Amino acid sequence: MALFDAFSAIVRRDLVLAMRRRSEIANPVLFFILVITLFPLGIGAQPKLLQAIAPGIIWVSALLATMLSLDSLFRSDFDDGSLEQILLSPYPTSILVLGKITAHWLTTGLPLLIVAPLLAVFLGMPNQSLSILLITLLLGTPILSLIGAVGVALTVGLRRGGMILSLLVLPLYVPVLIFASNAVEMASTGLPVTAQINILISMLLMALVLAPWPTAAALKMSINS
Amino acid sequence: MQSNPKYYLQGKDLSCIRDDRELFANLCFAVQRGQVLLLEGQNGSGKTSLLRIICGFREPDTGAVSWCGEEIPQSQYYSDMAYVGHLDGIKKELTVLENLRLSLALGQPGKLSIQQALEKVQLVGYDDTLIQALSAGQKRRLSLARLLITHNVLWILDEPFTSLDKQGITLVESLMAEHCANGGMMVMTSHHDVNLQGVDVQRIRLS
Repeated sequence: MALFDAFSAIVRRDLVLAMRRRSEIANPVLFFILVITLFPLGIGAQPKLLQAIAPGIIWVSALLATMLSLDSLFRSDFDDGSLEQILLSPYPTSILVLGKITAHWLTTGLPLLIVAPLLAVFLGMPNQSLSILLITLLLGTPILSLIGAVGVALTVGLRRGGMILSLLVLPLYVPVLIFASNAVEMASTGLPVTAQINILISMLLMALVLAPWPTAAALKMSINS
Repeated sequence: MQSNPKYYLQGKDLSCIRDDRELFANLCFAVQRGQVLLLEGQNGSGKTSLLRIICGFREPDTGAVSWCGEEIPQSQYYSDMAYVGHLDGIKKELTVLENLRLSLALGQPGKLSIQQALEKVQLVGYDDTLIQALSAGQKRRLSLARLLITHNVLWILDEPFTSLDKQGITLVESLMAEHCANGGMMVMTSHHDVNLQGVDVQRIRLS
């Protein structure tokens, strides 16, 4: 139980920190909303076209919004030495890191999920695909946080890691993007989407199991620089 | 802590090369309970690198550090040691209490409660103060309070007296002496003269 206490202490701490740095948390959601609201303006009066590309727009924006928020995942802990203390804890670093990733998802992924239905309606997405969009976001955004954590852990020691981070992480995000937006698109035409959803579930489970270890190892490396 | 008399820290043939420069080579040491290992040397002589090797953050280029005869990193070691480095490791957006609670959750409870530790480092009444509002010396005392609330035998301290005033230094020295008297051990670097009465201090001079 002590391990779980440590895990929940990390989650709680990061949530409290997020509450105290509200502007930082609002950033990715704001970006998400802005990008999506700009699309109809850019495309003009073509509701059919907008409807057709809505799943892609929403998912690409969600992906970029997550990317935008990644750097803050370990940055402040790295700068103020909290990361050293986390690594020196007798508890497995991977579990503690999973706590940080959970908090990251709760503060960046979950808000996207909450505003997404509104934006979907705004883009004229049909009702039957709305629930599928939410399911893909629910399954997909944690994958983005988990994969992203590995990338951030590798680049947190570099002064200007932003570019390398996107190069590292974006290719790994592509499968999520493909299956998720495809599922939403299929749903809007009334086709079954169980296959895509199952693949997303398996990707989430795999990321959940496989991402924390390399993240912990990469953090140990980064702290050494 | 008294139950296991066999705690000891050992470094064997340690060497460290940084940017093609050999900082130290074939360094050996052994620290037992009640002892202090004081690392001295100029800036850039490798004191911090050695401490980071002892923490397990950095791998020595040759040799090994062992705890109770077993090479680190090992999980037992991390539940017996505590480190306070250049960086305080405290979050400035959190309160004093929140910071200490997290440290407590990340380790195992020690002899003192959070309130008792705050009393020891003279930070009583600051529980709900945000770290942002503390002075540098108070922050340092808070990071040292972390050593008191968790279970540990070995303290690894990098310049623990930085930004402490005279009174603060005396306070920390008395905490250190008490820790060693209770069978604890320490590895530390310091620019100041360390005044630890009745404690067995070994010195390593790096150059």
